[in-house]
Amino acid sequence: MPKDLSIKKIIVIGSGPIIIGQAAEFDYAGTQACKALREEGIEVVLLNSNPATIMTDDDVADKVYIQPLNVNSLEYIIERERPDGILAAIGGQTGLNLVTEACNDGILDKYNVRVLGTSIDAIRKAEDRKSFKDLMSEIGEPIAKSEIVDNLDDAVKFVQKIGYPIVIRPAYTLAGTGGGIAHDEDELKSVVYQGLTASPISQVLLEESLLGDKEIEFEVMRDSNDTAITVCSMENVDPVGIHTGDSIVVAPAQTLTDKDYQKLRSASLKIIRALKIEGGCNVQFSFNPKTKKYVVIEVNPRVSRSSALASKAAGYPIAKVTAKIAIGLQLHEICRCENSEVAI
Amino acid sequence: MSRAKILLENGTVLDAEANLNDKTVLGELVFNTAMTGYQEILTDPSYASQIVVMTYPLIGNYGVEKEFAVSKKIQVSAFIIKENSETPLDGVMSLSDYLLANDILCLSNVDTRKITKIIRSTGSINCLITTDEITDKHRKMLAEYEFPKNVVELSCEKKTEKFPAVGKKIADFALIDYGVKSSIVEQLQLSGADVTVFPYDVSTETILDGNFDAVMLSNGAGNPKDVNIETVKNLIGKLPIFGICLGHQLSALALGGDTFKLKFGHRGANHPIINLETGKVFISSQNHGFAVDEKSLPSTATITHKNVNDGTVEGFCDKSKKITCVQFHPEATPGPEDAREIFQNWVKSASRENVHA
Repeated sequence: MPKDLSIKKIIVIGSGPIIIGQAAEFDYAGTQACKALREEGIEVVLLNSNPATIMTDDDVADKVYIQPLNVNSLEYIIERERPDGILAAIGGQTGLNLVTEACNDGILDKYNVRVLGTSIDAIRKAEDRKSFKDLMSEIGEPIAKSEIVDNLDDAVKFVQKIGYPIVIRPAYTLAGTGGGIAHDEDELKSVVYQGLTASPISQVLLEESLLGDKEIEFEVMRDSNDTAITVCSMENVDPVGIHTGDSIVVAPAQTLTDKDYQKLRSASLKIIRALKIEGGCNVQFSFNPKTKKYVVIEVNPRVSRSSALASKAAGYPIAKVTAKIAIGLQLHEICRCENSEVAI
Repeated sequence: MSRAKILLENGTVLDAEANLNDKTVLGELVFNTAMTGYQEILTDPSYASQIVVMTYPLIGNYGVEKEFAVSKKIQVSAFIIKENSETPLDGVMSLSDYLLANDILCLSNVDTRKITKIIRSTGSINCLITTDEITDKHRKMLAEYEFPKNVVELSCEKKTEKFPAVGKKIADFALIDYGVKSSIVEQLQLSGADVTVFPYDVSTETILDGNFDAVMLSNGAGNPKDVNIETVKNLIGKLPIFGICLGHQLSALALGGDTFKLKFGHRGANHPIINLETGKVFISSQNHGFAVDEKSLPSTATITHKNVNDGTVEGFCDKSKKITCVQFHPEATPGPEDAREIFQNWVKSASRENVHA
């Protein structure tokens, strides 16, 4: 399907302040998206609370509102501007949360504003642990086995099924206090006891340990025609267990055979299709090099920090293409103009 | 480790490191853009008599394993890479050892990007690699070099072999081997077909006497016009015919169509294909230097797939003649598995149960 001509004016949500976990990559993504939309003749209204960004420069969007990123200011702008659509998937988690909130409050319906690209429903499905778990089991994609227990007997029973080592995470404690990893029954007993004591509701989550596995990510794109491609794969130099923030990531993955690479690629395409994401998405896997089995760790249903890395490494403008997909264009209709010299 | 020189048809000479001594190799120089699957590429019979340059700079990372070979030997004449990035892995053979054991010349530390750019601008090009200094003798050899017209005969196994269906058998396939990748046979088996592989020069009678449900024309190397297509022509209308890659080109020729040589071919694991019947786009694995001329096909044929990058024909069918074929590689190995369902569709459509129903 070509461009949706009913969309003439779009609100783009910026990323707000630069904080841990959300840095300048969303400014980069937002700027790309604004330019991409204007290229298509669409009027772009930008909402961002952070004036110290490239996207709030006066030549990036048609109109810039420097206002707090909350439902009140969003409603005020929608009322004044009467946009046809709103683009949430490129402003990081802040943008997604704001649009989800506005949608829940009925503001988007009230002013007849469409969420462009990935639907709120799809976002919820990916972000809610329970519905994500259900969806993965429905499409047959493996996730780490886990169980919530509130006593030692149940903990032992669960471990008898899946084996050691096992990760123990107490519910509602700060920074994992009282949690740990058990390699045998003695350790299990002491860590579970410690966890149940630390948890204000005496509950712990037992989870299959993925320590030492390869940590592989895929940047995936999908359009409204259900075409799905992988932009690139990425591999963390350190194994699962070392936080991504403390590790180095390389693109493309360096240690996977074609067979294993394609297995994970096919799984990430299956997942983005099941979630019905329209735009960019990031899928993370834990891959055991001995058993060749993998587990889906998580899915980011939006442009993420990894997308910025992938864009730079692969030369594929993920945010730009996400914006074009949001207005109805399909992947094969979008020209990678800035990289026309790339060998194919 | 010795030194080697690469002499291109346009006169360019490049310097490289070589894994062997006293070698001089001639062949058509082609580039492949896949980032993984070097072993599958080395063993793909469609690369027979070709010298393959990998555009991806790090090759050898994960070693070689028996299960990844798609034929019984290394098929490329020589292999050119930017850097061999292998590290010792427990119980896994290294790429260097594999190439040495097979006596295949591999050049590294060479500007593969430059070579690719030359091929892209001048089009397909022949080259000579030697571990000696380049002399007029070498220039003359290269000038006189011709790609072998019997490359199919050189690259395929010349025997008849039967492979049983995995799971419930629903169809009986004859496969004409022009240099088949073993993964094509495997995918047919997995889709429920008994597969009997015949050599490229099999007679029409042998196939008709075998009481098969369908014939599959395999992939293979070289110019399709150098291949004898009498058997294919005779089989048209008598049995459903399926084709992949060279098999696709042979089907077109057998229908009276024409093929032409692409400027520098499609070789890689990232080629977008549009299915014209559904409007859906997927990514395919490709390895071909020739293509079917769309206008040359009879009016009974329908184009089913096209390459999104350059609009060339990637698949057609002719219902009146029971021919269905694709230019790309649905079996993957290496490359995306997006089109694997084609095998199930083909085997199901040829199934006796289907015909009777």
